[in-house]
Amino acid sequence: MTLLYKTTIELHSLSDTAHLADRLAERISPGSVVGLEGDLGAGKTTFTQYLAQAMGITAPVTSPTFTIMRIYDEVNPPLYHIDAYRLESVDADYELEEYIHGEGVCVIEWYTNIEVFLPEELLMITFVWTGEESRLCTIEGSGRYEALAREIAT
Amino acid sequence: MIVLAIESSCDETSASVAKDGREILSNVVFSQIDLHETFGGVVPEVASREHVKRITVIIEKALEEADVSVEDIDLVAVTQGPGLIGALLVGINAAKAFAFAHGIPIVGVHHIAGHIYANQIQHELRFPLIALVVSGGHTELIRMQGHYQFEVLGHTHDDAIGEAYDKIARVLGLGYPGGPVIDKLAKEGQPSYDMPNIRTEDPYGFSYSGLKSHVINLIHRERQRGRSVQTVDMAASFQKAAIEHLIEKSRRAVDNTDAGMFLVAGGVAANSLLRERVAQTFTDISYAIPDFEYCTDNAAMMAVAAYYQYTHARQSDSMSLNGYSRLEL
Repeated sequence: MTLLYKTTIELHSLSDTAHLADRLAERISPGSVVGLEGDLGAGKTTFTQYLAQAMGITAPVTSPTFTIMRIYDEVNPPLYHIDAYRLESVDADYELEEYIHGEGVCVIEWYTNIEVFLPEELLMITFVWTGEESRLCTIEGSGRYEALAREIAT
Repeated sequence: MIVLAIESSCDETSASVAKDGREILSNVVFSQIDLHETFGGVVPEVASREHVKRITVIIEKALEEADVSVEDIDLVAVTQGPGLIGALLVGINAAKAFAFAHGIPIVGVHHIAGHIYANQIQHELRFPLIALVVSGGHTELIRMQGHYQFEVLGHTHDDAIGEAYDKIARVLGLGYPGGPVIDKLAKEGQPSYDMPNIRTEDPYGFSYSGLKSHVINLIHRERQRGRSVQTVDMAASFQKAAIEHLIEKSRRAVDNTDAGMFLVAGGVAANSLLRERVAQTFTDISYAIPDFEYCTDNAAMMAVAAYYQYTHARQSDSMSLNGYSRLEL
């Protein structure tokens, strides 16, 4: 049985969200896959913007909903920002697999839409809107992400 | 000069033949909108392999409709970004193969340049000008001092405007694409719901994430309180806020840069309130908005842009031409 860590924390403000992204950026490694879930407006793109900033990316990070993926390769490892919002119930994979299983850090919004293409082990973060800037945030890590989930949650 | 252009940056597969950056001899576009409507939702049948299936047929059809032979083609142009990388590469590889096989120079063209040059099909561009590019993937203000001299003044910091329309339409259960249906319903409603003032740090930047979240949360709260959401009023309220944000930034850009012409481009240019407000706001300078067929993604606009890129910027690229998910104009 694979290890699994799951906890829910409160993010009271945007700066709490930014700190969570900072903690993740410090511990992330090439090939990491991070799945993000939450309703429209829950803050998935905002979290990714903070993560990109913490990874040293200076280019503007905008929503990749329309083009599915944006590549930020000015840092090492590169960031692959994927948005599977439009891929709901679609079995075409947009040839994303080489990125998902690649050497970069892969952040996937609406990851449950393309779960069949994802590795079994991943870090999952779910945001639930509780107020203008506050969110309930569930952090879940399986396998090699178990320790990572535990570390960034506390 | 006859240009064959190929565009496959996202959901559309398209090829076009155009003469001298003006005369569109053919513009073949394969889109999935009908398919989406049939299925009642988004079925983006646009994986790279779907582009692969269609692209050869579409290029042949473009040549046939233009009634030109391969020998007549002087330049092959292809969208090299920004867009979905896998989709872009299909167009790029098809263009390279065509150019290489027939010994024709090839040039990679920026997708946004294409949207802007869609206006040149019907109106002569006059410089300096300000172009507003608005679509599902873009919200940008660009200044042009002359042909093929672009300066990006501002862009969205989060969501593109067309994306905000699509997502709000989804929460309201209005289907896809969201732009036309919200536009239609907005005309029947009143902007009676409070909308936030959109603030951005830079003078020409845009932000739609906050407005999107506000509308979605408002809808959820009304439903939780057991109140029915007045869809037409919600559509009118959102649309007014979304379009005024564009108008405010555009007017500022025109005023601060002595522009003599204002252009709108991209799929959202079809929006009726945007067209109305542009006509009301830019009475002192000339403005242009392309016909709808040239607003959404198409290869004709790329062929026109390629002509001006060839005559005013660079004449060709090498066979190492690549595609980019992000690309500076």
